[in-house]
Amino acid sequence: MKLKTLMLGACSMLAIAGTAQAQSTTLTIATVNNGDMIRMQSLTEDFTTKNPDIQLNWVTLEENVLRERVTTDVATKGGQYDVMTIGNYEVPIWAKQGWLLPLDNLGADYDVDDLLPSIRSGLEMDGKLYAAPFYGESAMLMYRTDLFEKAGITMPEDPTWEFIADAARKITDRDANLSGICLRGKAGWGENMAFLTALNNSFGGRWFDENWKPQFDQPEWKESLQFYVNLMKDAGPSGASSNGFNENLTLFQQGQCGMWMDATVAASFVADPKNSTVADKVGYAMFPSKEGVDNHGNWLWSWNLAIPAGSTKADAAQKFISWATSKGYTELVASKESWAAVPPGTRTSLYENAEYKKEPFAEPTFKAIQAANITKPTVKPVPYIGGQWVSIPEFQSLGTTVGQLFSAALAGQTSVDDALAQAQQVSTREMTRGGYIK
Amino acid sequence: MATRQTRTLARIMMMPSVLLLLVWMIVPLGMTLWFSFQNYNLLNPANVSWAGLFNYQYFYSDPAFFESIWNTLLLVGGVLMITIFGGIALALLLDQPMFGQGLVRILVISPFFVMPPVAALIWKNMIMHPGYGVLADIFQFFGARPIDWFAQYPLLSIIIIVAWQWLPFATLILLTSLQSLDGEQKEAAEMDGAGLVARFWYLTLPHMARAITVVVLIQTIFLLGVYAEILVTTNGGPGYASTNLPFLIYRTALLGYDVGGASAGGVIAIVLANIVALFIMRAVGKNLDR
Amino acid sequence: MARTASTGQKIAWTVVAWVIALVIFFPILYTIITSFKTEPEAIAGISLIPSGTFQNYIDVETQRDYFRPFMNSVIISLGSTVLALIVAIPAAWSMAFSPTRRTKDILMWMLSTKMMPAVAVLVPIYLLFRDWGLLDSRIGLTLMLTLINLPIVVWMLYTYFREIPGEILEASRMDGASLWNEIVYVLTPMAVPGIASTLLLNIILAWNESFWTIRLTTTNAAPLTAFIASFSSPQGLFWAKLSAASTMAIAPILIMGWFSQRQLVRGLTFGAVK
Repeated sequence: MKLKTLMLGACSMLAIAGTAQAQSTTLTIATVNNGDMIRMQSLTEDFTTKNPDIQLNWVTLEENVLRERVTTDVATKGGQYDVMTIGNYEVPIWAKQGWLLPLDNLGADYDVDDLLPSIRSGLEMDGKLYAAPFYGESAMLMYRTDLFEKAGITMPEDPTWEFIADAARKITDRDANLSGICLRGKAGWGENMAFLTALNNSFGGRWFDENWKPQFDQPEWKESLQFYVNLMKDAGPSGASSNGFNENLTLFQQGQCGMWMDATVAASFVADPKNSTVADKVGYAMFPSKEGVDNHGNWLWSWNLAIPAGSTKADAAQKFISWATSKGYTELVASKESWAAVPPGTRTSLYENAEYKKEPFAEPTFKAIQAANITKPTVKPVPYIGGQWVSIPEFQSLGTTVGQLFSAALAGQTSVDDALAQAQQVSTREMTRGGYIK
Repeated sequence: MATRQTRTLARIMMMPSVLLLLVWMIVPLGMTLWFSFQNYNLLNPANVSWAGLFNYQYFYSDPAFFESIWNTLLLVGGVLMITIFGGIALALLLDQPMFGQGLVRILVISPFFVMPPVAALIWKNMIMHPGYGVLADIFQFFGARPIDWFAQYPLLSIIIIVAWQWLPFATLILLTSLQSLDGEQKEAAEMDGAGLVARFWYLTLPHMARAITVVVLIQTIFLLGVYAEILVTTNGGPGYASTNLPFLIYRTALLGYDVGGASAGGVIAIVLANIVALFIMRAVGKNLDR
Repeated sequence: MARTASTGQKIAWTVVAWVIALVIFFPILYTIITSFKTEPEAIAGISLIPSGTFQNYIDVETQRDYFRPFMNSVIISLGSTVLALIVAIPAAWSMAFSPTRRTKDILMWMLSTKMMPAVAVLVPIYLLFRDWGLLDSRIGLTLMLTLINLPIVVWMLYTYFREIPGEILEASRMDGASLWNEIVYVLTPMAVPGIASTLLLNIILAWNESFWTIRLTTTNAAPLTAFIASFSSPQGLFWAKLSAASTMAIAPILIMGWFSQRQLVRGLTFGAVK
């Protein structure tokens, strides 16, 4: 009896599911679940009233799942999405494959030249824009002004790693549950390897030489990784090898970190008195460099909106992208919420805006982004584009494997030398398979 | 007893399942086998070519390969141990007279209702986190240094999480089996003066043998494929300490988009799974015939 | 019938059982508690008394539509379970009551179809779904979950059916009952508890399936697993909000389990037989 009703219920529900909804153009938009993107979803009324014939359908996913979904879909031409949110890591790779439509119809008042040059150059190929930046970030140093004052240390504007190491050890107070420095440790190409790659850049190292030979057997990697492991042992928090951006953000907000080097976007969170206990005690400085090396890591990330090739709704999609990445959108966010809530890091005009400049993190963020150059990430020549990543398809998998090895070194389960030797071995293997090393 | 007619009928009744599963097995398996002999990277679709055995050789020579197989077996074995012993104990406990039996049962089986990624997140963030986790607070309360679970005992942590999810399943099946044990038999054994241990050993345990077998078999199948919990918590690290075979395939398939390599890994995983299954069938399979 | 236990014994068992049950249930309980905390409270260390805010639920609800993924989860898990039962009941039936030499091999083989790691076949399956137009459709996902869980359903039904004593069959045959009558009047009533508990277990398995349900859907067919995937690890930890979303995803199935636990546990006792 029960079974029968259940079956009937299921059948009728399937029938309802089958009826199609007839509508005007519906755009399916894949987004990552960060605060700026979620805010955009709540502001879409502005777009739909201007474009009543376009409906928006949101897919919001956690970063890793999102990347997996859109990559599978675009590579198999599954056609599930009309607009995709992708990183500047994907853009050059996908554009080269012909998987993205050039954005050539963004409207007369879009003002492409207003886009920050360092961000824009990563999204262009042969002079055509393949993705529009929604939000951009570099990396910088955030530190606790009160703790530095107490310890009698002054943070220079352009600190060196040697200075940072000293300061971190001085500030650390294990009894008060205070770590001098918090850095990423969780394995992953976008987790610990983002930081470690930038760190190594600032030590003058590189992933590959001009012939794509991995460089983990070179002194720079040895020096930078050893530096990181030693520093974290002396002045890092417990459980560092499973800490990513989120974990460190919380630690910092709770007042348990003296310093933290991570994405510039973190600044707007640590300075937010609603969630941060240290909001009024945060200072900012450049991502450090090693003494004698003129390099600040060249960390640069942007989330961008792009249209997969073969989309039948390209016109509507461009209209949407133009709206979401326009100057008008920043003003909309500012009027509805606040200037602090505006997605950062994409337009020069934003950093010339007097209102926005009042935000304490605006200037340091701008400086950090301007300083980053992903076409020349390190002092030595490299065959790749990319700051805290390398723009080859193999990097996600390779970076994660190397990240696992380095997190073992951080956790003290292998020595730095062993981790580097293994990293050299796996990357040589992977690069040979990819056909880079002949 | 079965006549020719009923035997034919039996065949016909089995047909739909068998056919469906046959198609379901052959199509993906065929495609996987085919791709495993191809150089095929999803991100480089222009370069598709015949690879011969190269993908197998490549997957096999992965530095994490042997460790990952060992970790796979440890994970399956560890979780089976915990869930079988724990399950028997819990089933015996829940079979005792007590107040609020129904409520206790639902509390015990509730972890089974939690989606695996959610379970992993709960454990990672709220229970095992060295800074904010409940365990850290408890350790600190007793003046001990909190354990950094995912760095110090990565595989054990994952075994604990997965076992927590599967313990209810084992308990449930074993409890139902226990309840079908004939009350008269129990009483007869009691009359004979058999002790608690003897009754358990000679009466209860043999009765539960088939249920135990079913739990072992079904769980093994699921446990051989665990990777979401690893992805959420340790990402296979530190080093390869928590990389199992499915995670290695995940890394190849969904980070490297190496369809050829992942397919070869898939074929290897199927072979391994079959060996494990054969082993288990040898060990406990005869219970199914009873 | 029941063994007599002294009240003292009963109280002792009650205490032991409750302590263990609460330990096992604790992670879920703590999630529910956390969902009523504010974000700073959520990471402020162990406390079992939340400030009782509903803000997290309001935030979750305004941020993402809950109803559609919820309905999708219901439809997909119910649909796939019912489909699997329709196909599996006859098969398990015949294997239990007219076993041949190969029955065990067939059973093992069925289970072995589940050994293929899902990640390895994602791309082939994605391509097939694309070509058949099944991506992001409830029907495609229902079929997928039916196939995935079919071996388990056959297995569980088979083990339950095996418990039905053969003598009853023989007796009814002696009485000259036709096969049809045998099935409808003799066996079905005895099989219902087994079928019910298989049904419930399988609904749970389908509800929790979180690989294919995320990979093969975008919006229209996305169930609660995808709903959860949009809340895990954004910028900042947001444990309270994640807890609220998790509670919303777990609650329906937990409540269902609550009401059906009698069936779930008694499935095999076959009161009628014994």
